[in-house]
Amino acid sequence: MSITLEIQLVAIIVALACALPGVFLVLRRMALMSDAISHTVLLGIVLGFFVTHDVTSPLLILAAAGMGLLTVVLVEAIRSTRLVAEDASIGIVFPALFSVAVILIGRFAGDVHLDTDAVLLGEIAFAPFRRFEAGGLDLGPRAAWLMGAILLLNCLFLVVFYKELKLSTFDPALAAALGLSPTLLHYAFMGMVSVTAVGAFDTVGSVLVVALMIAPPAAAYLLTDRLPLVIVLSGAIAIAAAITGFWIAWWLDASIAGSMATMAGVLFALAFLLAPERGVVSRVRQRARQRVEFAQLMLTIHLLHHEGTAAAATETREDHLHHHLKWEPERARAIVDGAVESRLLRREQDGRLALTETGRRRAREGMFV
Amino acid sequence: MDLLFQLFQDYTLRTVALGAAALGIVSGTLGAYAVLRRQSLLGDAISHAALPGIVLAFLLTGSKSTLVLVLGAGVAGLIATLIVMTVTGVSRVPEDSALGIVLSVFFGFGLVLLTYVQKLPDARQAGLETFLFGQAATLLERDVIVIASLGAVALLAVLLFWKEFKLLSFDREFGATLGFPMRVIDVLLTTMLVLAIVIGLQTVGVVLMSAMVVAPAAAARQWTHGLGRMVVLSALFGGVAGLSGALASSSAPGVATGPAVVLAATAIVIVSLLFAPARGVAWRALERRRRRREIREDAVLLDLYALAAQHGMREHAHPADVLVAMRPGVGVEGSLDALAEHGYARRSGDRGWVLTKDGRTHARDLLDQERDRS
Repeated sequence: MSITLEIQLVAIIVALACALPGVFLVLRRMALMSDAISHTVLLGIVLGFFVTHDVTSPLLILAAAGMGLLTVVLVEAIRSTRLVAEDASIGIVFPALFSVAVILIGRFAGDVHLDTDAVLLGEIAFAPFRRFEAGGLDLGPRAAWLMGAILLLNCLFLVVFYKELKLSTFDPALAAALGLSPTLLHYAFMGMVSVTAVGAFDTVGSVLVVALMIAPPAAAYLLTDRLPLVIVLSGAIAIAAAITGFWIAWWLDASIAGSMATMAGVLFALAFLLAPERGVVSRVRQRARQRVEFAQLMLTIHLLHHEGTAAAATETREDHLHHHLKWEPERARAIVDGAVESRLLRREQDGRLALTETGRRRAREGMFV
Repeated sequence: MDLLFQLFQDYTLRTVALGAAALGIVSGTLGAYAVLRRQSLLGDAISHAALPGIVLAFLLTGSKSTLVLVLGAGVAGLIATLIVMTVTGVSRVPEDSALGIVLSVFFGFGLVLLTYVQKLPDARQAGLETFLFGQAATLLERDVIVIASLGAVALLAVLLFWKEFKLLSFDREFGATLGFPMRVIDVLLTTMLVLAIVIGLQTVGVVLMSAMVVAPAAAARQWTHGLGRMVVLSALFGGVAGLSGALASSSAPGVATGPAVVLAATAIVIVSLLFAPARGVAWRALERRRRRREIREDAVLLDLYALAAQHGMREHAHPADVLVAMRPGVGVEGSLDALAEHGYARRSGDRGWVLTKDGRTHARDLLDQERDRS
C-alpha cells in the first residue's frame, strides 16, 4: 500500500472509532468530557513512561485510559461537593492535569519522543512509518491495528449494551427503575471514551479527537431523529471529514489533524445550514412559505366576507388590499399571483377578485378550524 | 528571598512578572462573571478559537506586534462566541457540543494555518507557536503596556457597568423589565471576557488560558456570597497565580509559563475548596462532626434527666454503665466528660453521674424545643 493510502486507512479507522462513542457523548450532554479526557490522557502517558521508559509499551495506553477515568471521577467528585458547577469543575480539572503533564515533559522528558507539539498536532503523517510486525512479517501500520482493535471494542460495547445505553441516555430515571445501573454504565462508557481517546490521541492528537467525537455526531443529530441512523451518519460524516481533510492538508502541506478537524467543522456547518428539516435554510424557507400561505388565507377570508355584499365592488379590488390588509402594492400582487396560481381565486375583467370554489372552502376551513 | 530581590533588580523578570500579574487580575475579574453565568467553558472555546485569529492577523499584516495579534485573536474569539450562541439558539445541538465543535474546529484550523505559515520562506513567523503554551519570557515592556492598557479597558467597563453586569448575571429578566437593553449588556460583557482572554494568550497560551478564567473565580466563590467581594478576591487570586506562575517558570528551566500559572491557580482552588469558611469541604466535615457530637451529648443529657425523673429524685446518681447500656456504641463516656466540661453534669460517687442545676435547665430547654417543633 502506498503511504497516502495507509494514512487514509488509519484516518478512516480513527474517525469511525471516535464517532461511535461520540454519538452518545453528544446525546448525553457530555461532549466536553471528550475535551477533558483527550487532554488528561497525556498525563497518564507521561506517568506510564516514567515507569516503563518505553514509549511503545502497551502499559502507557492502560495508564492513559486510567487517567481518563480518573478525570471523570475527579470532575464528578468536585461537582458533588456542590461548591462549583459542573462546567467549572471540568474547567478546573483538565487544565490542572494537563499542566502537570506538560511540565513533567518539559522538565524530565524533553529529549525523548514525547513533545507537546505532537500532543496537539498528532503525527498521523508518521503512522505508516511505525509498522506492526509479527514473525518478521510486515502487517501494516501499527496505528491501524491499534485503532482497529479499539474500533472493534467500541462496536462490541455498542452492540452488547445498545439497549442499556439508549435507555439511560434518553430516560435515566426509567433505566434506574428497571434495575439497570446508570452509574456503572456511565463509568463503563467513559472508560470506552478514554481508551478511544488514548488510541486516537497517539495518532491524531487531542484536537482532532474532540473534533471527530463531537462534530460528526452533532451534524448527524441535525439530519435525522433515529438513533441507528444517527450512528451510521456520524460514521459516514467522520470518514468524509478524514478523507477530504487529508487531501487538503496534503495539498497545502499543512497539519493533517488540523485540516481534518476543520473539515469536520465544515461538514457540521453544511448540516447546520442545509439539513432537510432542521437546517437554517429549510427553516427560513418554511417560515416564508407559511407567511405566504397565511397571507393567502387572509385574502380568501377577506373576499369571502365581502362576497355578494354591497361593498364587494370596492373591497374586492386588488388595489384596495393596500388599504385594508396594509399590504404594499408589490406584495399584494405577489400574493394574489400566488393565490391565482393555487386556484384559490381568479382575476375578473373589471379588476375585482373572485373566489373559486376551492378558495371558498379554504376560507371556511380557515375560519372554523 | 533571592527571587524577590531579583524581582526588583532584573528588568526582564520584572516585566514578565508585571505582565503575568496584570493578565491574572483581568482574567480573574471577568472570570467571576463567566463562572457565575455558567459560561466557564465558553472561555475554553474562546481561547482555542483565538489561534486562527492570531495566525491570520500575522498573515494579513506581516506584523507580530502584540496589539495586532491580540486584535486578531479578539475578532476570532468574538466570532467563535457568536457561532456558539447561534448554533445553540437556532438548532437543537446542545451547548456543550457547540462549544466542543467550535473549540476543536477553530483550533484545528489554527493549526493548519500555523503549519502552513511555518513553511513559508518568511523568517518573521518564528515564535508564533509560543502561543500554544505561552512563553512569558517573550514579554517585552511594550507588550506589558498593551496588556495593561487593554486590561484597564476591561476593568473600567466592569466598574462603569457594575449594576448592569450584576443584573445580567443574576436576573436578566428583571433587568429587561426595568428597561435595560440586556442584549447589548450581554454583548458588552462577553466582549470584555474575550478581551480578558486574548491579552493572556501570549503568556499563558491558548490551550490553558481558559483555566485562568475559571480557577480564580471558582476559588473566590468559596469565600464570599457578595459579588463585589468575589470579583475583588478573584482578581487577587488571578494576580497572585499569574505572578507566582511567571516567576516559577522563569526560575526553573523547561517549565512553560502557562502550565505553571495554571498550577498556581489550581493550588488556590484546592485550598479554597477545602478550607473556605462555611463552604469548604474540610470546614463542613468539622462542622458535621461538631454537630454529631452535640447530638450525642444532648442524648446522654436527656437520658440522665429521664433517669432522675423516674427515680423521683434529682440528686440520684446513675452509673455510667447504665447510660452506656441505654445507648451502646456512641461514646457515652466521652459525652459525659464533655457534659462535665460544660457544667451540665458532675461525677458523684465511684462511677456515678448526676445532672447539675444548669444541666437540668438545659434538658428542660431541649425538651421544650422538641415539643415546640412537634
